[in-house]
Amino acid sequence: MTEYEHHDYDVLIIGAGGAGLRAAIEAKQRGLRVGIVTKSLLGKAHTVMAEGGMAAAMGNVYPEDNWQVHFRDTMRGGKMLNNYRMAELHAKEAPDRVYELEQWGALFDRTKDGKILQRDFGGHRYARLAHVGDRTGLELIRTLQQKVVSMGTDVFMECKVLRLVHDSAGRIAGAVAYWRPTGEFVTFRAKAVILATGGVGKSWKFTSNSWESTGDGHAMALWAGAELIDMECIQFHPTGMVWPLSVRGLLVTEGVRGDGGVLKNSNGERFMFNYVADMFRAETAESEEEADKWYADHSAGRRPPDLLPRDEVARAINNEVKSGRGTPHGGVYLDIGSRRSAEYIRRRLPSMYHQFMELAGVDITREMMEIGPTCHYIMGGVKVDADTAATRVEGLYAAGEVAGGMHGANRLGGNSLSDLVVFGRRAGTAAADYIEGGGGPVDFATGEVDAAIAEALAPFTREGGESPYDIQRDLQEMMQANVGIIRNGAELEDALVQLDGTFTERVANVTVTGGRAYNPGWNLATDLPSMITVSKTVTRGAIGREESRGGHTREDFPKASAEFGTFNLAHRVSGGTYEGEFSVARSPLLTMPDELKALLEEAK
Amino acid sequence: MADVTMRIWRGDANGGDFQEYTIAQNEGEVVLDVIHRIQATEAPDLACRWNCKAGKCGSCSAEINGKPRLMCMTRMDDLPEGTVTVAPMRTFPIIRDLVTDVSFNFAMAERIPAVLPPPMPEGGYRMFQEDVERGQEFRKCIECFLCQDVCHVIRDHEDNKEHYAGPRFFIRYAELEMHPLDTNDRRDYVRQEMGLGYCNITKCCTEVCPEHIHITDNAIIPLKERAVDAHYDPIAWLGRKIRRQTKRTAAEAGVQPAP
Repeated sequence: MTEYEHHDYDVLIIGAGGAGLRAAIEAKQRGLRVGIVTKSLLGKAHTVMAEGGMAAAMGNVYPEDNWQVHFRDTMRGGKMLNNYRMAELHAKEAPDRVYELEQWGALFDRTKDGKILQRDFGGHRYARLAHVGDRTGLELIRTLQQKVVSMGTDVFMECKVLRLVHDSAGRIAGAVAYWRPTGEFVTFRAKAVILATGGVGKSWKFTSNSWESTGDGHAMALWAGAELIDMECIQFHPTGMVWPLSVRGLLVTEGVRGDGGVLKNSNGERFMFNYVADMFRAETAESEEEADKWYADHSAGRRPPDLLPRDEVARAINNEVKSGRGTPHGGVYLDIGSRRSAEYIRRRLPSMYHQFMELAGVDITREMMEIGPTCHYIMGGVKVDADTAATRVEGLYAAGEVAGGMHGANRLGGNSLSDLVVFGRRAGTAAADYIEGGGGPVDFATGEVDAAIAEALAPFTREGGESPYDIQRDLQEMMQANVGIIRNGAELEDALVQLDGTFTERVANVTVTGGRAYNPGWNLATDLPSMITVSKTVTRGAIGREESRGGHTREDFPKASAEFGTFNLAHRVSGGTYEGEFSVARSPLLTMPDELKALLEEAK
Repeated sequence: MADVTMRIWRGDANGGDFQEYTIAQNEGEVVLDVIHRIQATEAPDLACRWNCKAGKCGSCSAEINGKPRLMCMTRMDDLPEGTVTVAPMRTFPIIRDLVTDVSFNFAMAERIPAVLPPPMPEGGYRMFQEDVERGQEFRKCIECFLCQDVCHVIRDHEDNKEHYAGPRFFIRYAELEMHPLDTNDRRDYVRQEMGLGYCNITKCCTEVCPEHIHITDNAIIPLKERAVDAHYDPIAWLGRKIRRQTKRTAAEAGVQPAP
C-alpha cells in the first residue's frame, strides 16, 4: 500500500454543519480526540442558509406550548411516518439545546420581557421558532463554530471524504479523503465515525441547496452496509425564487408567511383557502378576516392556510400554476408589501429584502415576490436508533439531514435546526459511550483505501469519456422532470431505467482534465457516485410507495393508504458502490406507546 | 444578449496571468453564473470557491474590476459595459486561480478568548432587544474576508499579519465587548496583541462589506475608545480599582466557562 498522510482520532466527524459541530462539542467535552472533516471552509456549511428559526417549545410567547404539542405537530406534519421516538426526544430536548447556545454566545431576538422571542411557522400550533431576524442558521453555525474553535478541535477544511473504511470484522475503522487544495490523499483511522453530511438537493435542477449537497453521507453509509429509509420523501419548499433564472430555486423563508405574508395567484386571489385538507380543516381559518386576526392574537381566529405544512402548500402552488393562474415566470405571488410596513419588513426580514433587491431588482416592501416550489430537504436518510443515532454498522453514527426517521414524510419548518443540535449531541454522546466501553476497530482495511483512491484517480487517465459537468446537468434535468414534486409510475420507471443504465455507464466513464490541485471538475467527478446512488434510492422508494404522503406525491395514487402508513422503505446495496445491486424492503414503523398515541388522539 | 468577455486570473503560487473567455450571457445573471458556465464549457478546471450562491456563506469573494466583492451578488448588468476582470483576493496567498488561502483568518479566530457568561439562571438569561442588537449587527458577518482583503495594514504589509486581527475580528472583539452576558475583558489584549492601534479608520472595510455592517463607526471606533479608556484614563482606572464595576478577566471574576 502506498503511504498517505494519516491521522488517528477517537471520533471522526464528517461534515461541519450544525449536527457535526454539535457532535464534536459533545465528544470533545468527554475528553476524546476529535477530528472534523468538511468539504468547504469552516462556517460555510448549508446550515448557514437556514433562515426562519429553530423550533423549541419554550413557551416564551405562548405559555400553553409544551413538548407534547410540539411532538404532536411534528408527527402530524410528518404524516405519521416518523420514528416516533426521535420526534419525542426532539420535542423534549430542543429547548435545552437552544438555551445552551446562549451560553456559548448566541444572541437571539428577544421578547419585551427579555426572553428568547419565538415566531410562527407552518404546521406549528404556537409561535415556537427561536430566531435572529431571517439569519438564524448563520447564528447557529457561528455559535457552534466559535465554541468548537475555542475548544481547540482539529478541523480539516476543504477535505472531501471518498469512502468509509472498515476493519476486518466489519466495524467502522475510519475513512479515506483528499485535500481539495492539493489533491493529495489522506486517511483517518477512528474508533467511531459520525456522519453529518447534510442533504442531497444537488441531484435536482431547481434547488435551494449548495453544491455540497450531493448526498455523500447517504451514499457512503449505504455502501458501508447501513440502510437508508424514506428516500422518496423529498421536501419541495413552497417558496423558492423563480426569477431571474440564474437564481431559480433560491430560498425565500417561510418567515415571510409567518410574519404576515400571503400567497396569491395571478387573479389576486388568496388561493390557499381552496386547498385545506380534511386533516387540517378544524384548525385552519375559513376566511381572510379570520386568518388576519390570528396573526395578532392566536386565540382570536384559526391559522391562515398559507401556514399549512410545506408539502400542502407546495402542491397547491404547483396546481395553481398548472391551472393557468401562475405569474409570468411560472410561479405564484407572495405578498407582504401590502400587508406590513416597510420598516417592519426590513427589520424582520432583512436578508429577504436584500436578496430580492439585489438579485431580482424587486422591492418587497412595495412589490410582490414571484415564488415557486424548490427542492429543499430530504426527510429520508440513514436509518438510526433514535436514542443513540447509531446505524446498523458498528461504530457508525448519523445525525442531522443525513439521518432519516425524525421528520417522517414531511418536515416542519424550524424542526431542522433543532434536529441538528438534539441529535448531533446524542450522536456525540453515543460515540463517546461506545469508545469508553471499549468499542473500536481491530485493524484498518487498506484494500478499501486503495480501491477508493484508484476509483477517484481513474477519470484522469480514462480516454474518450465525458465531462462531469454534462453528466451532472443531465442527471439534474432528468430527476427534476421524472422524480420531481408530482410523480407517476411511468416516469419513475423510465428514470430508473436511465439511472441503472445510461447514467451508471456515464458516471463510470467520466473524464477530467487538468491537475489534482483545486480542480472543480475533478471534485465534481468524485461527487457523481454519491449523486447517482442517492438518485437510485429516491427513485426506487418513489416506485415502491404506491400512495401520496407528505413529500411524496403520486398522481397515479393520489391518496394516502393506511397500509403504506405502517412501514418505511429501507434500501441496501451489495458490492459497496453505485454500480452494485440495490434492493428495497418494507421496514415496519416502531410501535408507539399508548401515552404518546393519546397525545395525538387528544389533539385531533 | 450580447456575448461578454471575462478576463480571469489563472495560475497558482508560482505565478500566472489573466486569460480571456468570451461567452454568452443571460438576463439577470451574476458574475458567478458566468464563471460556472466557463467551467462547464471551456475551462473545467477553473478554480473558484463558492457554496450558497445567495450571499449568505461568504465563500466566493474576489476582486471584480478591481473591487473586492462577492461573485454571487454582483450582477453582470450592474457592471460597466466591456470586459469584466476577475482576480483573486490580493491579501491572501494564492492556491489556484480565484481561490486563495484564507487560513490567516482561521488562525486569528483561534486566538480570541472565548465568551464567558455567568451560569444560566433558571428559565434562561434575560436580555433586552436593544442590548442584543448591537452585537447582532456584527454577528451578521458572513466571513467573506473582503474587509480583511481591502485593509491596507495587511494588504500592503505581509509582516503585520502576525499581530493584526483585522476588521473582521475587530467586529468580533467589539461584539464580545458589547455582549450583554460576557464577563471576559479583552481590551488590553486587542490593543497590545491584536494591533487595534494599526487601524487608521480609513473605512475601506465598511465600504466593501456585503452585509453593510458599520465596521468602522459601530465597532472599531468604540472598541478603540474602550481599549484606550481601559489603559490610559486615570479616573476610569481609579474607579475600577475602587468599585470594580467594569468587566473583569475570567480568572478575576471566578467564572466557570459555560458547559
